[in-house]
Amino acid sequence: MAPSTKRNEHWGIVAEFATPADLYHACEKVRDAGYRDWDAYTPFPVHGLDKAMGLKPSKLPFIVLAMGLTGAGLAFWMQTWMSAVNYPLVISGKPYWAWQAFIPVTFELGVLFAAIGAVFGMLALNKLPMLFHPLFAVKRFERVTDDRFFIAIEAGDPTYDPETTRIFLEGAGATHVELVE
Amino acid sequence: MAAQLLDNANYDPVDRRAPLVLGAETFHEVTELVAAPMEWKTPKAWYIAFAFSLSLLGLLGVSVGYLFWEGTGIWGLNSPVNWGWAIVNFVFWVGIGHAGTLISAILFLFRQKWRTSINRFAEAMTIFAVACALIFPTIHVGRVWVIWWALPFPNSMDMWVNFRSPLLWDVFAVSVYGSVSALFWYTGLIPDLATMRDRAKNKIAQIAYGVASLGWRGSNRHWQHYEKAYLILAAISTPLVLSVHTIVSFDFAVSQLPGWHTTIFPPYFVAGAIFSGFAMVLTLMIPARKIFGLEQLVTVRHFENMAKVILLTGMLVGYAYAMEFFIAWYSAVEFEQYAFINRAIGPYAWAYWTMIACNVLSPQVFWFKKLRTNLWVLFIVSIFVNIGMWFERFVITVTSLHRDFLPSSWDYYRPTIWDVSTFIGSFGLFFTLFCLFVRFMPVVAIAEVKTVMPQADPHYHPEPKGAGVEGGKH
Repeated sequence: MAPSTKRNEHWGIVAEFATPADLYHACEKVRDAGYRDWDAYTPFPVHGLDKAMGLKPSKLPFIVLAMGLTGAGLAFWMQTWMSAVNYPLVISGKPYWAWQAFIPVTFELGVLFAAIGAVFGMLALNKLPMLFHPLFAVKRFERVTDDRFFIAIEAGDPTYDPETTRIFLEGAGATHVELVE
Repeated sequence: MAAQLLDNANYDPVDRRAPLVLGAETFHEVTELVAAPMEWKTPKAWYIAFAFSLSLLGLLGVSVGYLFWEGTGIWGLNSPVNWGWAIVNFVFWVGIGHAGTLISAILFLFRQKWRTSINRFAEAMTIFAVACALIFPTIHVGRVWVIWWALPFPNSMDMWVNFRSPLLWDVFAVSVYGSVSALFWYTGLIPDLATMRDRAKNKIAQIAYGVASLGWRGSNRHWQHYEKAYLILAAISTPLVLSVHTIVSFDFAVSQLPGWHTTIFPPYFVAGAIFSGFAMVLTLMIPARKIFGLEQLVTVRHFENMAKVILLTGMLVGYAYAMEFFIAWYSAVEFEQYAFINRAIGPYAWAYWTMIACNVLSPQVFWFKKLRTNLWVLFIVSIFVNIGMWFERFVITVTSLHRDFLPSSWDYYRPTIWDVSTFIGSFGLFFTLFCLFVRFMPVVAIAEVKTVMPQADPHYHPEPKGAGVEGGKH
């Protein structure tokens, strides 16, 4: 089919579902139909939806691991340098490089960096904060944070067509489908 | 609401799991239950509570201001007792701060679903308690304008902090704990702030909640990273929460003072922290649930579970008290033995036995189901535990110090009015922050509670009407 001229005039299409079960099965259908630029929207994480959508595992753990090791490494290096290299000072006859005594701070800063990595890494992977999104213009979409479940397919998706996609989503159990400007 | 719906404490687990949300049948009802109190016209009672808290906060300001002006001489410290109420209050508040992360992290890893109704509340309590705790070590240094010497900051003296001291580990442990707890709390809040944004009627609320929720739109691709982040935060907060009170106990245990220098301190302090933290959750939650009408989300079953944790940790600290005496005897060190005998029958025996009565004896009522499901009993015991845990820190700090190695310097420590006013004032900070929290933030994790409802499972099939507690219509 020739690309419709309508394609560039709107962002995509959004379909509303009443229950997690309906959404789950619809996601399986959208996944199997070969759509690429689409997403499900839910008020809470629905168990198993990642599989129904065919998502790959999150890369976040690697970011956290790298940050945690950086934090712990920096902390240990800082303590070594300050206590044993830059200004060695005898206190209570303890050795300058008392590595056992450096463990608590090493651990704490490792945790701090890992936590920062987890939160800000998550936000970065999600491209948040992003205060505006075309879906926010859809009045019904306000209930996505309350009790409604949505699937949105973007107009840029190669399989997308305003008419066939609408019919497809209605067939997948949507209670309401509308175009998103 | 049918009466049997509000009872999930007497539930036969053989039939099926007890429901955690009572009466609310749809996701929307849960949203309403939590969000509605924030959209009420501010009740008069809130203004009264807020004014009262603010006046206590003012007391804190006056006490701390006078302390800065005059110095630590206004406190009751004397020569052998150089650590008084400041350190007692510090450990007291940090201990209270442990329940939040325990509930949000450790119970999360153990998949204890009942945590979802109380974790937000407990996490807020944690952050506010840590804020109160941080006041005391900061102000007790005397020359508070050089408190930044506690941080490894390049300075004109070219000197660094002493990383070989447990007091410095404490600076790192408590400030990291406060920061990570705040990150954890905020991460959990993002979806609920988005709920508030989408419900908000006025412009200010829309903008405030809109900015704070960072544009969250419930995308499942986001939820995937979000859930992973939450799991990781829980996993790293678990050793963190155990490490914090361990390091606080090092402040004592790494010294060589009889009564402090024991290896049992880290686990003993952690158990005590969880014990006091859960007690404070009960103290705050029992009235709050009533005021905000959250009986369907925070059920008697939740309280019963917390009572069981209190009973367990209460006996752990009881065991630690006994073991300290055993080790003192078994060590055959006469100074160690004297320190403990002095604790039990010396001039501070009244404090010691107050501690035993509150911490070891009072939670024993929780052996009985009738008592641990009675809100009045729960509330009263929680107050006793709060008192008892304050006395525990008082006993540890003061009885070990007041008779030191040189009998001619032995003394009796008494607080002054300024010690008392600073401590009471710290409750002002705690309650002021709490009043603001309950007014402007969802006190129950809305999105999380929905996940423990049976219909949140994509493979859920509604039962015939009237067959089950959740399925029935009323």
